[in-house]
Amino acid sequence: MGSSIIIKVENVSKIYYPAITALRNVSFEIEEGEFVSIVGKSGAGKTTLARLILALDEPSSGRVYFKGIDLNLANEQEIQDLRRTVGAIYQDYRLFNKKTVFENLSYLLEVAGISEREIKKRVFDVLDLMGLTDKSDNFPFQLSSGEQQRLAIARALVISPQVIIADEPTGNLDPYHTHEVISLLKKMNEEGKTVILLTHNREIVNRVKKRVITLVEGKVIRDEKEGKFII
Amino acid sequence: MQKRHKHRFSFMVFLRSFFRVFKFAFKNIYRNKGFALAALLMMIIFLGTVTSLIFFQELAKYLISQLRERIDITAYFKEDTPEEEILKIRDELLKMFPEVRAISYISKEEALLFFRQRHQGSEILEKALREIGENPFLPSLNIITGGDPSQYEEISKMLESSSFAKFIQKVDFSQKKEVIEKVYSFTQLITRIGSVIGIILVIISLLVVFNTIKLAVDVSKDEIEIMKMVGASRWFIRGPFVIEGIVYGIIAALFCFGISWIAVYFTSPFFSVISGGFNFWAYLLNHWQLIILIQMGLGVTLGTISGFLVIKKYL
Repeated sequence: MGSSIIIKVENVSKIYYPAITALRNVSFEIEEGEFVSIVGKSGAGKTTLARLILALDEPSSGRVYFKGIDLNLANEQEIQDLRRTVGAIYQDYRLFNKKTVFENLSYLLEVAGISEREIKKRVFDVLDLMGLTDKSDNFPFQLSSGEQQRLAIARALVISPQVIIADEPTGNLDPYHTHEVISLLKKMNEEGKTVILLTHNREIVNRVKKRVITLVEGKVIRDEKEGKFII
Repeated sequence: MQKRHKHRFSFMVFLRSFFRVFKFAFKNIYRNKGFALAALLMMIIFLGTVTSLIFFQELAKYLISQLRERIDITAYFKEDTPEEEILKIRDELLKMFPEVRAISYISKEEALLFFRQRHQGSEILEKALREIGENPFLPSLNIITGGDPSQYEEISKMLESSSFAKFIQKVDFSQKKEVIEKVYSFTQLITRIGSVIGIILVIISLLVVFNTIKLAVDVSKDEIEIMKMVGASRWFIRGPFVIEGIVYGIIAALFCFGISWIAVYFTSPFFSVISGGFNFWAYLLNHWQLIILIQMGLGVTLGTISGFLVIKKYL
């Protein structure tokens, strides 16, 4: 495997019990610093793919590599390191409901053993960027849906990730914040971070003008360099 | 130099993580006050059950020993056996049978005196004694063991077959055998029933505590899942739950000790009357260190084990 390839998905299929096939023999590679949109209708297998890349699930067959490590064979420490270097934005946010906005972000840095002073600085920088500074003491249930989504994005960014996996990151955002988030992801990509955007939003994919992998019923039907959302 | 710096760095990270685990535990307790109260209550009930069992076990032991002390065997010696020989035999028995609790020598004069005291006012018996003209009683050794019939049988056989046999008139074991066996099996039964009830109560209380903590962890299932998603290590996730359990254990033990103290102080006179002399208050004063150690040890162990086992499902 070449050194610039950060993620490699090789003949991956995923079948959920008893017989729901989420992915069928999917293969592709993502290079470091790439911006890739993985598009498809709801149920096409985008979220399943994200879960496999984050080692939250195992493929039924095939292999997923992250920085050359076969995730099927990775040990606990390697999986933890992977999750600490990937900023993940989940469709359903996956926020800590019993922690404040500040704690939702600080927890990730506390896990990594970062000092309190550094944590405070980094968390407030990201909250500032996402316009959530005045909500730092609120709990997620006290936020609007759009604010919760921004918090989910902030959480992905606070660890200064090498890779960002964003599963429908603009689903609940108004056009202004949608534009903001996409611009932010593009900016991160320009700074050298790898961005994987999983979405069914045609408009944002076409505006980004980067590589597009199209999934239909769990199969890759198209993989184009400067692709468009065509289903 | 760089290696040493790295070592210091990892130690700092470890220390930070260690304190953070404590911080999360105390925050969880503070934010889930309702649950914390329920968990504490369950622990107090569990420790209270165990403490009551300790007290009642002691009470049962006391009553059983009282009952067993009422059964004995007596070895009667031939009339002309010198007192020194009888006392020698007594010392020999005490040496040979460590389970023997007491052996008392009763001379024929004492036997007569006891008989008269017991039957004071009985004209017929006095008349009978006068008619016999001499002291009809034999010197004897009264032997009390732990109550086990086999011990009495062994002592009896030994007395009748050893070199002491020439001094022995008779040993009344065969007459008392049935009574001894009945009393022994009855007290054995009480001990067994007590133990079974105790075990059942402890198991029920344990299940209640375990389920309360499981309920709390089940509520935190999603939270644990997210912790894993963001790369938290097992002990970083598990630590706060375990510490929470330990904190509940310590607080519950302190509460339980206080409650035991008050409860024993007020109920001791009542139990002393119905138990025929067993003093709960005196027992507590003599054994309070052991009791608080048991309560604290059980509380902390239970909290730790619950935290460990219950969360295992989600890690």
